[in-house]
Amino acid sequence: MRIALFITCFNDTMFPGTGRAVVTVLERLGHTVEFPQEQTCCGQMHFNTGYRPEAVPLVERFARTFAEYDAVVTPSPSCVGMIRDGHPVLAAQYGSPALQRRTAEVAPRVHEFTEFLTDVLGVTDVGARFPHKVAYHPTCHSLRGLRLGDRPHRLLRAVEGIELVDLPAADSCCGFGGTFALKNAETSGAMLADKARAVLDSGAEVLCAADNSCLMHIGGGLSRQGSPVRGVHLAEILAAVEGGAR
Amino acid sequence: MNENRGVVWLGSPAFPDAARRALKDTQLRANLKRATGTIRDKRLAVASELDDWEALRDAAAAIKKRTARHLDRYLVQVERSVTAAGGTVHWASDAAEANRIVTELVRATGEREVVKVKSMATQEIGLNEHLAGAGITAYETDLAELIVQLGDDRPSHILVPAIHRNRREIRDLFAATMAQWGQPAPDGLGDDPAELAEAARRHLREKFLRAKVAVSGANFAVAETGTVVVVESEGNGRMCVTLPETLITVMGIEKVVPTWTDLEVFLQLLPRSATGERMNPYTSTWTGRTEGDGPRDFHLVLLDNGRTDTLADTVGRQALACIRCSACLNVCPVFERTGGHAYGSVYPGPIGAVLTPQLVGVENAASLPFASTLCGACYDACPVKIDIPEVLTHLRAEVVEAGRSGKRLPTAEGVVMKAAAAVLDSPRLLAAAQKAASLGGRAIARGGRIGWLPGPLHGWSDTRDTPAPPAQSFRSWWRANRGPEGKERAGKERANTAPESKQFGENEGEDR
Ligand code: SF4
Repeated sequence: MRIALFITCFNDTMFPGTGRAVVTVLERLGHTVEFPQEQTCCGQMHFNTGYRPEAVPLVERFARTFAEYDAVVTPSPSCVGMIRDGHPVLAAQYGSPALQRRTAEVAPRVHEFTEFLTDVLGVTDVGARFPHKVAYHPTCHSLRGLRLGDRPHRLLRAVEGIELVDLPAADSCCGFGGTFALKNAETSGAMLADKARAVLDSGAEVLCAADNSCLMHIGGGLSRQGSPVRGVHLAEILAAVEGGAR
Repeated sequence: MNENRGVVWLGSPAFPDAARRALKDTQLRANLKRATGTIRDKRLAVASELDDWEALRDAAAAIKKRTARHLDRYLVQVERSVTAAGGTVHWASDAAEANRIVTELVRATGEREVVKVKSMATQEIGLNEHLAGAGITAYETDLAELIVQLGDDRPSHILVPAIHRNRREIRDLFAATMAQWGQPAPDGLGDDPAELAEAARRHLREKFLRAKVAVSGANFAVAETGTVVVVESEGNGRMCVTLPETLITVMGIEKVVPTWTDLEVFLQLLPRSATGERMNPYTSTWTGRTEGDGPRDFHLVLLDNGRTDTLADTVGRQALACIRCSACLNVCPVFERTGGHAYGSVYPGPIGAVLTPQLVGVENAASLPFASTLCGACYDACPVKIDIPEVLTHLRAEVVEAGRSGKRLPTAEGVVMKAAAAVLDSPRLLAAAQKAASLGGRAIARGGRIGWLPGPLHGWSDTRDTPAPPAQSFRSWWRANRGPEGKERAGKERANTAPESKQFGENEGEDR
């Protein structure tokens, strides 16, 4: 199985550690990961903000770049949602029949990281050790978009030394919503304030999610309040072997 | 054409500005949080006790889809059945025409008062204001609508129009205003719900007994028999549709269901989704006129008002499937914070954000499709499975396109988006931009965090820190460690250990 990592432009630029963690976990499980250099962005920001024609070259690039792989793994649920739901829409609206076909071919081979581990590889224990108190925030795209269900929890429960605590009102949106946080900054901020309070109430030292954008948003609010709670992407917890390999 | 449609409150600010104002009202936010939270929990409880809830939702969506596709046929069938049962059907292409029809019908009775059943369609067309202009007083009889009317206020929720008011505010309002409209509030009125309901009951009873004309909306009209259906909780609607001599119903054309079997599906979904009850207390159905029973005259006004335009949009038309249950409002994290008034429309919340721009044209409600994080809670709650996030992004594209075709100069956002698209379509430019962002970001960062950001980003940075970008992007790390082919060092680095988070709070300011 040829596995490609789609790092996503946001993680590439801001959170390279998450990409390295995905590579670490997959290699620990005995797989080889490739990183096609031509990859850039799924076009989600443009699509969600209404700039559809601008996103079309990105759809083409994605289909072209990942055409030859058996599996494309990405640590971003919202980008997977864009590829599954948005790419066909754009291909149908603006693309050629060939693009529609290529988009339809690649989409089923794209897997969010926890989907890939649990559904494709069939593993939940990836040999991680992370002795910390962790709350998991199911981001909207994980929960209602991809319907990841308990996949992240199954993976987390198998981590040695971890103490999982409940996050109150976990299914509420953190208020990020991409450009929503800029266009409606105050409303977004009101939602963020409630989410940050829930994180503090949970007593966690680490906030975990499968998507760095929401983590950056919640973490940005917590950081401004001077809270020591830190956000860590799920992949980085699964890559961790604190205190030595198991 | 659109000025004849109503729907939006003229002069309303764009959503972000209205929301900013609403967010400052701490009383409003407390009222909303309590009210939406209560309904949300009740809805979840009663929806989850049905094994076939998902099948019901699928059936409802399918019925609505099929009916919309053949709406022309079903509407003619409604007209035929209602006429055969002794009613009169009127067709109104927009709000102005509907108002004219209703006003003339009331005038013909010689009456100067009407009682009203809670109705979104008549709010949409601004009927009460129009009637007032013609010297006719409309009395709202739904408790929450009465509260809105007495307060000279606007509804902020589809089902609970006065959700922004708490008991104490309602008590004060009743005490201060009921006397001007009729039966005054009793002396020493308290804010106990039962006491408030009793005051409203006494106030309204007088109106029901006097009224000769009633105006209602409709939840459904069954095409096969011409039966109109109103679903309610209080029984005031039942009084309105039975006691007066003339009944005028204003109904959006999308409310048609083909058969009683279809209706059954919606009567299961609606009360559970709306109030979290297994069944609503009053479901009134009537078919034309019945000699010696109920109104002697029945008129049905079929309202288009932008609906056929909406129907022409294959993505947007699903908004017409809405049965006005309000479940999407109650689960919406944006609505919970801002309340309904911020949407500037009789249709607030997620459904309002997709329906309003379609009814009045996206250029007249351009901020509404952006009033959402696309969190998807509305889609999950919707009993007729309207994919509201899908319609929102669809309408966002229409807003941007309308801006492009209408203006010569691109907006600042348009310029940024175009530039970003060019960078993102080139790995080389992206790498250069990452380098620049890293250098720039790290130059202004303090302890690994960026506090203040300029221009349009300041709204973000007012309450959030931003992590400084790392020194090395993933792609440059890969090139340095794995080579362009990516296989050279694979396996050698398997001992990667601790998480290398660039999130906040750890190893501040270090290059990782
Ligand atoms: S869109 Fe769906 S959830 Fe919202 S009011 Fe309409 S039917 Fe109810």
